[in-house]
Amino acid sequence: MSTEPAIPVRPLAGARPGDMRARLAQALADPMLQTALGRAIPGFRRMRASAVAEVPEWEVLRRLAAHIKDHTLAVLDRYLEQFEAAVRARGGVVHWAADAAEAQRTIIDLLRALGVHQVVKSKSMVTEEIGLNAALEAAGVRVVETDLGEYVLQLAGEAPSHLIAPMIHKPIEAVSELFAVALGAPRYERAEDLNRVARAALRREFLAADAGITGVNFAVAETGTLVIVENEGNARLVTSCPRVHVAVLGIEKLLPRLADLGVFLRLLARSATGQRASVYVSLLTGPRRSGEADGPDELHVVLVDNGRTRLLADPDLREALRCIRCSACLNVCPVFERAGGHAYGSVYAGPIGAVLTPALWGLRPARELPFASTLCGACGEVCPVSIDLPRLLLELRARVVREGLVGRPDRLFARLWTLVMRSPTRLTLFGALGRALQRLAVSEGRIDRLRGPLAGWTAHRAAPPLAAVPFRVRWRARGGRPGRGRP
Amino acid sequence: MTSRSCAEAVVAPSGSCATMVREWYPRLFRDDPPRAAAAAVLGRRTYELSEFLVRVLGRTDLGARFDAAVAYHPSCHGLRGLGLRDEPLSLLRAVRGLRLVDLPRAEECCGFGGFFAVTFAPVSGAMLASKLDAVEASGADVVTATDASCLMHLAGGLARRGSRVRAVHLAEILAAS
Repeated sequence: MSTEPAIPVRPLAGARPGDMRARLAQALADPMLQTALGRAIPGFRRMRASAVAEVPEWEVLRRLAAHIKDHTLAVLDRYLEQFEAAVRARGGVVHWAADAAEAQRTIIDLLRALGVHQVVKSKSMVTEEIGLNAALEAAGVRVVETDLGEYVLQLAGEAPSHLIAPMIHKPIEAVSELFAVALGAPRYERAEDLNRVARAALRREFLAADAGITGVNFAVAETGTLVIVENEGNARLVTSCPRVHVAVLGIEKLLPRLADLGVFLRLLARSATGQRASVYVSLLTGPRRSGEADGPDELHVVLVDNGRTRLLADPDLREALRCIRCSACLNVCPVFERAGGHAYGSVYAGPIGAVLTPALWGLRPARELPFASTLCGACGEVCPVSIDLPRLLLELRARVVREGLVGRPDRLFARLWTLVMRSPTRLTLFGALGRALQRLAVSEGRIDRLRGPLAGWTAHRAAPPLAAVPFRVRWRARGGRPGRGRP
Repeated sequence: MTSRSCAEAVVAPSGSCATMVREWYPRLFRDDPPRAAAAAVLGRRTYELSEFLVRVLGRTDLGARFDAAVAYHPSCHGLRGLGLRDEPLSLLRAVRGLRLVDLPRAEECCGFGGFFAVTFAPVSGAMLASKLDAVEASGADVVTATDASCLMHLAGGLARRGSRVRAVHLAEILAAS
């Protein structure tokens, strides 16, 4: 295994990967992005809150889901083998891929052997993670995304910026313009009209494709069933029109029994879109059987590791593998709300992306991500599988510091802070020095411009001057003693 | 850490500090059992101010008088770390002359976040702007919170935009007469 797995970062126009601060500043200054996020995020939050409020046993469901996932992960090897046997028994073929390169190779070899030239795809984050589309194009396979958002982004040559609303960064006006330029459509203003344009174009693709590639929301070990949750019906067409279905999933998607599914379907729809149930929930078990009208002749299931067993072996971070990719933590996050997904520079954005990216693919390239949070805790509160995201972010921050990956200004500032705060004498001296120096900076009772590492503070707010008489002096003057009770 | 201290309770004017001591100190020392145990003892008697007044002392009316329209910003670590939703509000409701105004999107973070305020200053500034817009639109004369750090951030932002709204710690309101 390579020592430093390549991080699936999508470099963005005008920004260099690894420089998240620059991308954030750019995102905040992008009026089109801010318009799009401002239209979408409040609705997601409102819908989720009211859908969750309808379920009195919500907290019980969250805990139950966490237990089921933890149990499954604890004996994942057994459930994977059980799943493989069940898929085989139903006539499917299971492939194992240790990393992105092996997953690409497996799928390309498979499609070649089956004489596939044209592929339709439904929404899948794991295929984004392994860079599948680019690899297929390079191998001469034509790929068409069929989720509306993904279709738009494919036309635009952009990466998704959200787990379930991939084009959340694009306002409808931009889609109208894109369809006019790329498809020669009239400049429609209404979503319904734009949908119709996409629908007409996609219908032809469904019928022409040799194979359909999908992600998977849940995979049931007991029965070998693949569960796909969606709202557009495109995944149903992808899995039933073409003669081959290739399902790609991370190994953490397993659930032990079909009976466990009910817990997760309730949590997923309400957390993701605020729906009571998603419009289409497909349970696919094996390829088409004799006598059945729909379904592929062949079913191939590709189980992708790509960093997951390494994360599984990490007791402090393991719970991140419970994630069901619902997006609740993205939608509630005040940083994501303003930055959008691309600023994270990773396939996975938002709080869970800031955890998964370094946890799966190494700290070094993702070292900024765990710091892009105020640790307000909103993400942990909404997670339907009770992932303690703030704790995981803190744990990753500690690792970044331990491995010496923080920038020099931050390191110097932390060292100075530690030096001063460890000794009452030094704190007193430092305070006296500050009071002497601040005379140059204070005007009208406040400091409006700081230099050096603290310049960021006064870029957006005034700083309070140090008190003329320190608290400890006032405390003593009232008869109190340091470290003792009240005067 | 705690063996030398004779205090029965440690009260912090900050839910963030109380959370740090209570929730995180024991984990910080997880490889050092004696200190982890001492940290756990300290954590059990460490309280945020409103928590101490309401849950431990059972007091809500401290006889304060504060003539102003007040918006309450629930600081994240008190709210989500310690589960303090009603404690600060019940204290504020008992203050004479105080009119509590509704703060839209009150439970959203103000954007302080410690180092974040400096290292991710533009995002922190954007979050601050949203919070201050809500505060100013609420008609409040004063915004209060239980965390000194959030208040420093809010006060700095109010000063920068020349607002007439003042940022005041809950303790200052409870001590006013």
